[in-house]
Amino acid sequence: MTELRDIRIEVPVLARVEGEGALELEARNGKIEHLRLRIFEPPRYFEKFLEGRSYQAVLDIVARICGICPVAYQMSAVQAIEQAFGVTPSAWVTDQRRLMYCGEWLQSHALHIHLLALPDFLGFDNGIAMAAKYPEEVKRGLRLQRLGNDIIALFGGRSVHPIGVRPGGFHHNLNPEQLARCLEGLRTALPDARALVGWTAGLSLPDDQQDFTNVALRHASEYAMYSGRVISDQGHDLAVDEYERHFRELHEAHSTALYSLLDGRPYLVGPLARLNLNHDQLSPAAQQALAETGWQLPSRNMFHSIIARAVETYEVVLEAIRLLENHQPTDTPYVVCEPRAGEGFGATEAPRGLLWHHYRFSEDGKVLHARIVPPTAQNQARMEEDLRQSLEAFGLHHEDDAIRLRGETVIRNYDPCISCATHFLTLKMRR
Amino acid sequence: MSAWSPEHPDALDQLNQRPQPRPKVAVHKFSSCDGCQLAFINAGEALITLSQLVDIVHFAEAGPLDAEAEVDIAFVEGSISTPHEKERIEQVRRQSRFLVSIGACATSGGLQALRNFNSHSAEQWTQAVYAQPAYIDSLETATPVAEHVKVDLELWGCPVNARQVFAAIRALLFGVMPLIDKDKLCVECKRRGNVCVLVAKGEPCMGPVTHLGCGALCPAFGRDCYACFGPAENPNTHALARRFVGLGLLPEEIAHRFHFINSHTPAFRSAGLEWAE
Ligand code: SF4
Ligand code: SF4
Repeated sequence: MTELRDIRIEVPVLARVEGEGALELEARNGKIEHLRLRIFEPPRYFEKFLEGRSYQAVLDIVARICGICPVAYQMSAVQAIEQAFGVTPSAWVTDQRRLMYCGEWLQSHALHIHLLALPDFLGFDNGIAMAAKYPEEVKRGLRLQRLGNDIIALFGGRSVHPIGVRPGGFHHNLNPEQLARCLEGLRTALPDARALVGWTAGLSLPDDQQDFTNVALRHASEYAMYSGRVISDQGHDLAVDEYERHFRELHEAHSTALYSLLDGRPYLVGPLARLNLNHDQLSPAAQQALAETGWQLPSRNMFHSIIARAVETYEVVLEAIRLLENHQPTDTPYVVCEPRAGEGFGATEAPRGLLWHHYRFSEDGKVLHARIVPPTAQNQARMEEDLRQSLEAFGLHHEDDAIRLRGETVIRNYDPCISCATHFLTLKMRR
Repeated sequence: MSAWSPEHPDALDQLNQRPQPRPKVAVHKFSSCDGCQLAFINAGEALITLSQLVDIVHFAEAGPLDAEAEVDIAFVEGSISTPHEKERIEQVRRQSRFLVSIGACATSGGLQALRNFNSHSAEQWTQAVYAQPAYIDSLETATPVAEHVKVDLELWGCPVNARQVFAAIRALLFGVMPLIDKDKLCVECKRRGNVCVLVAKGEPCMGPVTHLGCGALCPAFGRDCYACFGPAENPNTHALARRFVGLGLLPEEIAHRFHFINSHTPAFRSAGLEWAE
């Protein structure tokens, strides 16, 4: 018997990049005939607000694109500004920026693992409900998240829209007492962070092998975060300013997010892509923890993203400890930036993946043109492709609720943004 | 704006007459960056404690989803920038006894209210950014919640911090109106013992006209305040703008100081327009 099952999954609340949306499914005989992840984020026109503004306002503007990863936006933008003005910040500045970025990865990953992803795998509706049954796990997550926020606040006064970064460096030196507290907190949390790797690897995760292209930055000598070349497992190895030669953004009618494609094909950015491409550059301790899990890389299972986040959580705790231990105060937290006409590019690894910026400036340092490609836009096409494959593999004969939950779980692997990461698909069926 | 005032104590009365002992709380998101909601999530264990004191029925970022539930206290983040958001905020108002706007977006329209200066900007920008503009459903303006429905309490900041939010909740749980100090940032800056960046470094600091509450973060880091907490009560924007002229700022630069995170507030809007070319 031919059964046409027209399934609509509506997404009433989604996040910054996603806003509101819906997942539309049309299936016949167990095959998906039509799938669309519809996305409506109220457009906020950031690239337009930047035009005409002084370079000095850029970091305060771009932070407001995302309250969950403001540091990422500042880090990509500040490098583009410095490149445009021909300024090279000191090694001290580069180290401190990497440290600040560790803070953002730590808070973002800890939150995602514990409050957003875990409820799926432990069978709860949400993190608050899970806290009653798994108080220790939730508290561990909140502790790690807190430490991440503390690192950001060391440099920025606060963890959301920090105010300390400036073109050329930082506005000021770190407060030594705060720094010592941070270091102590991280040392105390180190065993927690290490245990997290094995613990997530021990979760029972769905097995769903898929074929996809991984894209990440790669740095010559460290696990890429703050800088590097754009590489893929399809042989791409591009300087940041060559990005547009292969990556194109499209606008699909059903979405306010732009889709980005690599040579016309979907691709993956984010923790799993980074680990697949760069695991050889993890610190020895993180490699050791990884080896003990027996987890084989590269992985083709998107559900392994939670383990990838755990490995990176451990890595950034180690890295932050190392950087804090080597930290020396300086007399010159910044070099002076003199504006000039020019253009600059900046790409960093946001917690959710590659974040690419391009700016052109006038002689007096005003923004003439700005272009920003966030990670969620880059994962957009891959998410649709994944949903199509994983829902078919899961089986469309399942109850609506089961399909809805699986769809949500799949999307959560990408951590598209926090508010869409929770419990958001309401299923509507039309037969 | 329809913030709570002693002449209109009805919302607080309503809140205090609630039938159930454990108040229901919702956190709603509109056009925003999600940063203000983090004041709850970043509170760590305080969030867990809060979830025991009150019943958090809707908070998409943290998990619970019941957008249509009747609640005692609704926190609203984000500005109103689409036709659908206009309808949603009215719905939220109908189902909430006490409504708190959190952050610059909800309280003043936020950074995205910059689009309000050019009546056709939203349309033009949609065409510039999106290949299929017909599908983008956006209002010409991004406006504060209080332009659409009655707001019982406004919390300023981009973002608001946990201190503000939890102080408000504590007061409301005790059945009293939270006291919000609307004095100028300079007061807080002096209290902290910062060196004044306007006087000592000649930086165009917005502290003299800005609402306190952040702890004078920027001057503590040696930089000028950019007024992310919005205007203080009775700000003397004119005098500050004259001061900026003295520091050598061009008219357009002065306009940009006021037309930034809180450009849609009456005080900053008109101050900026005086200097915009
Ligand atoms: S007020 Fe600022 S921090 Fe809060 S949601 Fe708006 S942009 Fe984000
Ligand atoms: S000093 Fe001004 S700009 Fe800086 S955080 Fe405080 S209110 Fe915001």
